[in-house]
Amino acid sequence: MAKGIWVYVEQLDSQIKKVSLEVLTAGRKMADELGEEVCAVLLGKGVAELAPTLGDYGADKVYLAEDDSLENYTTDGYANVIAEIVKENEPYAFLYGYTILGRDLAAQVAQKVETGLMSDCVKMELEDGQLVFTRPIYAGKAFVKATCPESRPIMASLRPNSYIAEENKKAGEVIKVNPNVGDIRQQIKDIVRQVSERPELTEADIIISGGRGMKGPENYKILEEVADVLGAAVGASRAAVDAGWVPHSMQVGQTGKTVSPVLYIACGISGAIQHLAGMGSSKCIVAINKDPEANIFKVADYGIVGDLFEVVPVLKEELQKITA
Amino acid sequence: MNIVVCLKQTFDTEAKIKLTDEGSIDSMGVSLIINPYDEFAVEEALKIKEQEGGEVTVVSVGGQKAQDALRQALAMGADKAMLVDPGTDEVDEYAAATVLAKALSGLEYDIILGGWRAIDDGSAQVAGRVAELLGIPVVNTITKLEVADGKATATREIEGGSEVLEVSLPAVLTAQKGLNEPRYPSMKGIMKAKKKPMDKTTATELGLDSLSAKVQALSFSLPKPREAGKVIDGEAPDAAKELAKLLHEEAKIV
Ligand SMILES: Cc1cc2nc3c(=O)[nH]c(=O)nc-3n(C[C@H](O)[C@H](O)[C@H](O)COP(=O)(O)OP(=O)(O)OC[C@H]3O[C@@H](n4cnc5c(N)ncnc54)[C@H](O)[C@@H]3O)c2cc1C
Repeated sequence: MAKGIWVYVEQLDSQIKKVSLEVLTAGRKMADELGEEVCAVLLGKGVAELAPTLGDYGADKVYLAEDDSLENYTTDGYANVIAEIVKENEPYAFLYGYTILGRDLAAQVAQKVETGLMSDCVKMELEDGQLVFTRPIYAGKAFVKATCPESRPIMASLRPNSYIAEENKKAGEVIKVNPNVGDIRQQIKDIVRQVSERPELTEADIIISGGRGMKGPENYKILEEVADVLGAAVGASRAAVDAGWVPHSMQVGQTGKTVSPVLYIACGISGAIQHLAGMGSSKCIVAINKDPEANIFKVADYGIVGDLFEVVPVLKEELQKITA
Repeated sequence: MNIVVCLKQTFDTEAKIKLTDEGSIDSMGVSLIINPYDEFAVEEALKIKEQEGGEVTVVSVGGQKAQDALRQALAMGADKAMLVDPGTDEVDEYAAATVLAKALSGLEYDIILGGWRAIDDGSAQVAGRVAELLGIPVVNTITKLEVADGKATATREIEGGSEVLEVSLPAVLTAQKGLNEPRYPSMKGIMKAKKKPMDKTTATELGLDSLSAKVQALSFSLPKPREAGKVIDGEAPDAAKELAKLLHEEAKIV
């Protein structure tokens, strides 16, 4: 009998990703309904000290695999170790965060154990004793509810910001695994990190984005200043990316990043369907645009019809006063 | 150099989504395109061919309509196409990968390219599964690729940066935006494409008798349309002040 809900815990530089704690929380809730345990799986080098935090967020057990070759993520190394853990323990469900790393890993592991995987889910619930997942398709223009009726474990990845991480202290018993890393065919030659104090777009609670209305790369500074006040991330429309003002990694939309922040502030963005596809699930949308007919106003909770270069600096000052 | 590109036909990004009376996704009247990420993959394949010589084969799993997407890739410059009819509508990522891997195993390949995800199901897993089935390595979300001496050196996106990876060929690589700018088919290309070979086959003909999906869709729904909220009146500075106040007091976000 397959049992337990297992969660892959993503860490970077010995910091647990926020989405992993969200997935743990979601897993804990389901496990309580099912009367099952929750196990966290943590891979890396020198990451044992993170295990107690996983207990705090609901893990009954933490499977810990440490090895020098797991210091940096590689598809082969990580997928080999996890597939083996899965085969040995036969969980009922195995969950990931839908991040760059999570989806790379999930696809590989799912195929290694020949099971189904539902990606980018925003909801998990129990129906007739079966785990059922809801996920957006067609870039959020529709939803599908799906399950994996037969193969085990049921695998799914959850979109960041779909659940709020909540503490729920459990034993967090640590079980050390001797990782069988196998043959790692992806050789890392170089890693470049853009040092940023700002949160990752896909995980950010607040995002301020600029489009073609920003007029040029130099003007993103006024958005960055607001972002610094709010601890927000800065995004962009494709028009701004294609103009070469900001890098692709900042693009929000159907061919950019999908984000679901609490607050999305769109500055000088018209609200094309492909842009809305990437940010339409934001909880609160603010639009600043000088064209009163702009599409973005149709989805915005708050709108200002005006010149962003006049609005944004005042907004920054006012927010500064509030957050001071 | 034999380069294979896995290509999916998807709804146009402008498509409005409706449900049929039976509650499934209505494809009537929707215009179809090459999945934009797969277009980057086609372009990259053509660039490698231009540099190294060789042949580009585009492969798609889908119905008869998917021929249009394959023809477009041929018009861009691919040499031949293969369309595999899965013979069932219940095609999840596992089933699609099974079909693709089977089709690809009958071809010669040094490099297999695809998009990192399809914009319709956003599932980002078929390429990884294909690599696993073929027993070759995968590198996802690449923004730069160099091929030489039986190796691929790829720059890929990672959280908060990028990394450079080297893999021996054959390998599966998936394209991220930024890799290149896809070319438009020329008039000459379109004319030529009509004469290029299009191999049509089925999963059964490939020897896959019982193709079963692992994931089962239970129901489809449409999101509640968002309603337009408040437009804040007044001159820019006043409106900005009011906005800050509303975000603080009404929305309670800041
Ligand atoms: C296959 C495909 C995929 C795509 N994927 C994406 C995607 O992922 N993300 C994306 O964003 N787009 C995407 N697009 C492009 C999309 O269709 C739009 O072209 C794009 O979103 C427009 O960006 P924009 O709103 O910044 O520019 P525009 O549409 O040019 O709008 C600029 C806005 O700024 C306003 N403005 C100008 N100056 C000021 C000022 N001083 N103050 C206030 N407002 C001002 C204008 O009124 C206007 O509304 C895609 C398109 C295709 C075909």
